[in-house]
Order: sequence, then C-alpha cells, then structure tokens
Amino acid sequence: MLEAKNITFSVSKKALISDVSAVFSPGKLYLIVGPNGAGKSTLVKTLAGLIHPQSGVVEYEGEDVKSLNSVELARRRAVLSQAIEIAFPLTVREVVTMGRNPHFGSRPGPLDEKIADEMMRLFDIREFEDRNYQTLSGGERQRVNFARILAQLWHSPHDPTRTAETSVTRSPNRYLFLDEPLTFLDIRHQIDFMRTVRDFADQTDVVTVGVLHDLNLAARYADEVLIMNNGRLEASGSPGNVLTAATIRSVFGVEPTFVSAEGPNLHLLFDRCNSDDVI
Amino acid sequence: MLAVLAASIRYGAVDFSISDIWSALISLLPGKPDATLDQRIFLELRLPRAFLCLLVGASLGVGGTLMQALFRNPIVEPGLIGTSSGAAFGSALYFVLGGALQIGTSVWSLPIAACIGGIVSTYLVFALARSREESRSSIAMLLLTGLAVNALFMSGIGFLSYIARDPQARSITFWSLGTLTGASWAVVKVVAISTIGGTLLALRYAKQLNALMIGEEEANYLGVNVKRLKWIVLTINVVIVAVATAFTGVISFVGLIVPHILRISGGADNRYLIVGSALLGATLLSLADLLARLSVRPAELPIGIVTAAVGVPVFLSLLRRSRYVF
Repeated sequence: MLEAKNITFSVSKKALISDVSAVFSPGKLYLIVGPNGAGKSTLVKTLAGLIHPQSGVVEYEGEDVKSLNSVELARRRAVLSQAIEIAFPLTVREVVTMGRNPHFGSRPGPLDEKIADEMMRLFDIREFEDRNYQTLSGGERQRVNFARILAQLWHSPHDPTRTAETSVTRSPNRYLFLDEPLTFLDIRHQIDFMRTVRDFADQTDVVTVGVLHDLNLAARYADEVLIMNNGRLEASGSPGNVLTAATIRSVFGVEPTFVSAEGPNLHLLFDRCNSDDVI
Repeated sequence: MLAVLAASIRYGAVDFSISDIWSALISLLPGKPDATLDQRIFLELRLPRAFLCLLVGASLGVGGTLMQALFRNPIVEPGLIGTSSGAAFGSALYFVLGGALQIGTSVWSLPIAACIGGIVSTYLVFALARSREESRSSIAMLLLTGLAVNALFMSGIGFLSYIARDPQARSITFWSLGTLTGASWAVVKVVAISTIGGTLLALRYAKQLNALMIGEEEANYLGVNVKRLKWIVLTINVVIVAVATAFTGVISFVGLIVPHILRISGGADNRYLIVGSALLGATLLSLADLLARLSVRPAELPIGIVTAAVGVPVFLSLLRRSRYVF
C-alpha cells in the first residue's frame, strides 16, 4: 500500500502540490487527470520518491520513502517518464536491459537477458533490438522505455532470488508509476499500452499510478480516477462517480456531452465552455 | 599499443637498436658494468618518457570518457569545464611564486599546486553554472561558463608569464602547449598512482554511469544516487587530469576524440569505454609524442601542438560521419 499524507511540495514559495492525501492499494489502477500545470507530474515524482515534500510524508507499507535504501526501492518501484533523450548511441536491447540495473551486480546475467527478451517480445520491439535508440521515432522510444520499466519490476517465475516462502507469504509490493505514457503513441499502440498496463496492474502485488490526459481512456481503464487542479486533489473515486459533468466543467473548463457506448464504457465529447460559465 | 610503445622507445633524437635496448636493460642488473652514456639516455630519459606518455594518454582518455558520461554529452572534454586550464594556472603560479616563497620543491609540490588549481577552477565553473531556480546545472550553461572560466585562467597564465622572469616564463609557455620533457622515474611513479588508481576507481562506477546515460531522473529511479556519483566522478577526473596536466601541460583533444572513436567502433557501455579509453588514449598520445619528436629532429615540438593539429581534422570528420544528437 502506498500512502500520501498531507504532502505539500513548493518551488520558490509557489506550491506545486498542496496538502494532498491519498491511499493507493495493490491490484488497482489509479489514473490522475487534470489540466496542464495542475501538479500531476509533481505528484507522481513525489510519490515515486524522486523529490521529497516540504511537509507531509509518502509511505510505502507504512515506511517513509526517505528512509528506504535507494537500490532496494529501485527493485520494486519503476517510473515511466515523458520523452527520454539519450545522448549516446545505445541499442534498444541495451536500453531495455538497463531496467535490470538495480538487480544485477556489475553486468547483466542470463536471467536479466531473458527478462529483457521477454519484455521486447511483449512490446513488439524485438525486430529492432539492435537499432540505435537515437534513430527511433517517439512512439517506438516510448515502447522501448515501457519495456525497460517493466523489466525493472519483472519477477520471472524461476527467479532464484525469490524463494518460495517470500513469494507466498511476504512478497513486497511493486509500484509502477506512469507519467503521461501515451504521448507519441498512435491509437492502436495507445490501446495496446493501456491493456498491458491493465494486465500488469491486475496483479495482486502491484500498485499502479499514472497520469493521463485522455479522459475517455482514463474512464475506461481506471479503477479510480483522481482529479487534480491547482495543486489540489479535487476529487477521487470510481470513474463514474468522479467524472461528472459538473466536475469536468469546473476543472477543465469544457462542456462534456455523455454518449452512451456499448458496454459499461463512458464516452465523452467536449466543447469549449463559454467563458462566463467558467467563473 | 605495445608496437607503439616499442617504436616510441626506439626512435627519437637518438635512435636505439634492439640490441642497444637489450644491453641497456641488462646493464640494470646487478654486477654489470656501469651504463654507457647512450644507455643512460635510454634508461633515464627515453624509457620514463615513454611510460609517462602512456599514463598521461590514459588519464586524458579516461577523463574524457568520465566527463562525457557525467554530462551526458559527447562533446565534453576534460578541459572544457576548466580543469586543465586551472591546473595549468596552478602550476604557473607555482613556477612564479614557488621559488619566491621558498615552498618546497619536492616531486609532489607541482602536482599539488596543479591539483588545487584544477579543483578550484572546476568548482568555480560548477558554482557559476548553477542556476538559482534549479539545483541541476544545465549542460549549455556549464559549457559556456567553462569557456569563460577557461579564458579567465588563460589570462591569468598570460599575466603570470608576463611578470615572470625568463626561465620561468619559458616553463609556463611550454606548459600551456604540453610537453613530456619533464619525464623522470619519480614523475612516472606519481602519475602512475593517480592514473591507475583513478581508472580502477572509475571502473567501479561504470554501471552507475551507464544508468546515467538515460537521464538523471531515470538513473535516480534505477537506484543511483546521482548527486553522490557526480561528486565522486568529478573528483576522480579532477585528480587524474590535474596530475597529468601538472607534469605535461595542457594536451588538448585526446580526451575528446578517444571516447568518440571507441563509441563508433564498440558501443557506449562505460565499462568498455573506461578500459578502452585508457588503452587507446595511451596509444594515441604515444603516437603523437613520436610524431612530435621525429618531425623536427633533433629538436621536438610541444606535444599539445601535435595533438591539436592532428586531432582537429580527425574530430571534425568523426562529427560529420556520426549521427550524434546534441
């Protein structure tokens, strides 16, 4: 379980997130939505332990993230960031294997290579495993990085480091953070990606928190949606309860039209609000 | 590398044949007659010089690799962030003031002066390049600040050589062009300690430097303490480059080109780059030294002139050929 208790993070006296409290349980997919500058990315970075809040505390299973060993944490917490540039000519395989960095000693072992293979197959990038990352398109890069992130968290069924009793009784939870993962992806890969995330998040020892811009995708895949605005958590709960016309209007300044689609899926169309309505 | 080393000890102002070299080496053994003049030239000048050359080349190559990995930028060389000009300034200061202030003239005092100069200038670059808002130094800021601080220290060196007496001024000029004539066994020992120690230490951080290639934030997420890594690697770089520079002066382009060549031929893994750049740096600098000694025989060119003259066109052609993204 991941818990944020009254966290506030400010840069030069401007609060990017203020007094946010939330609880994230394993086996569920949490998606954060909100307008630009709402503090979504800052919240993810704080939850992931990259930056520490000036007040409040982020706890992993009740332990302050600041007190955790950084390598230990890296073995069970991974973050997919936005647009990653690499200044050197690394191959796709090298980038994916990099995800195993906290697990291996001085060089990747056979298990690490095997996991890298598995991940590259999962993301459909095996055919260009020898290509230079710098020559890839934005969407291809995003898939390579997602493969790397999952490689970082992957437990192989035959992982010798996980003995039977730890995996059954006291397996530590794993934490996956996604910061606008769909940028650069075409529609097919967006859906593939969300499915993969959904499958991964369904595991009972995985806490997944992501930032998404597309409200429809958020509504479709999230167990819980968190709406942020001006650094504050405006609402959280199941998509149907949280993504209401009133909330969308006041937070995003757009007028939603609900279209009933087949199945339980919410479908939203948007139009710009009249400026009078917003204020 | 061995071939270049062999050539480097054979040819020079005086050429030695293989048998001369053998007899010189044999004369070292106890119970043999004293060495002849030629043999002593070989043992006390040529041989330490060849070793110094290897060590300094290795230092510059490793320094270049470390800086490029740290700044995640393939156009950084150790000198660009002020380390070598600061070291040269430190040694210039030592030349001019050392005698006057009666500071000890042991083999250690020159590298200490250069080291302090290198550390001060590198720190200055970092302190000035740090923007107020972010705690992270941006690359462009760092390079431009490095340029400015370099210019400052070069003017300081100019000032010192202007006020210096003649022999001191000449030493300073030689220093800023790079020269290996100061080689002796004592010097070789000092440089060997910093080069080999620095390289071995750097290898321990190769894995973390690899993680840094995909970004500072990403490296953090992979469990690397980036702040600490930066300080350790910078310190290694300052020490090996400043010590090498202290004895040989400013030798440019080796630290820039060596990692480039290696990356084009064998990838960007820092484990490979650190070892490779030590070997290739040593080889290239020995070749340059050979060229410096043979081109205007029996005199010799400052080695910095050779590395820049040969290095610039090589660097430009590498840049045009490769697909680096800046």
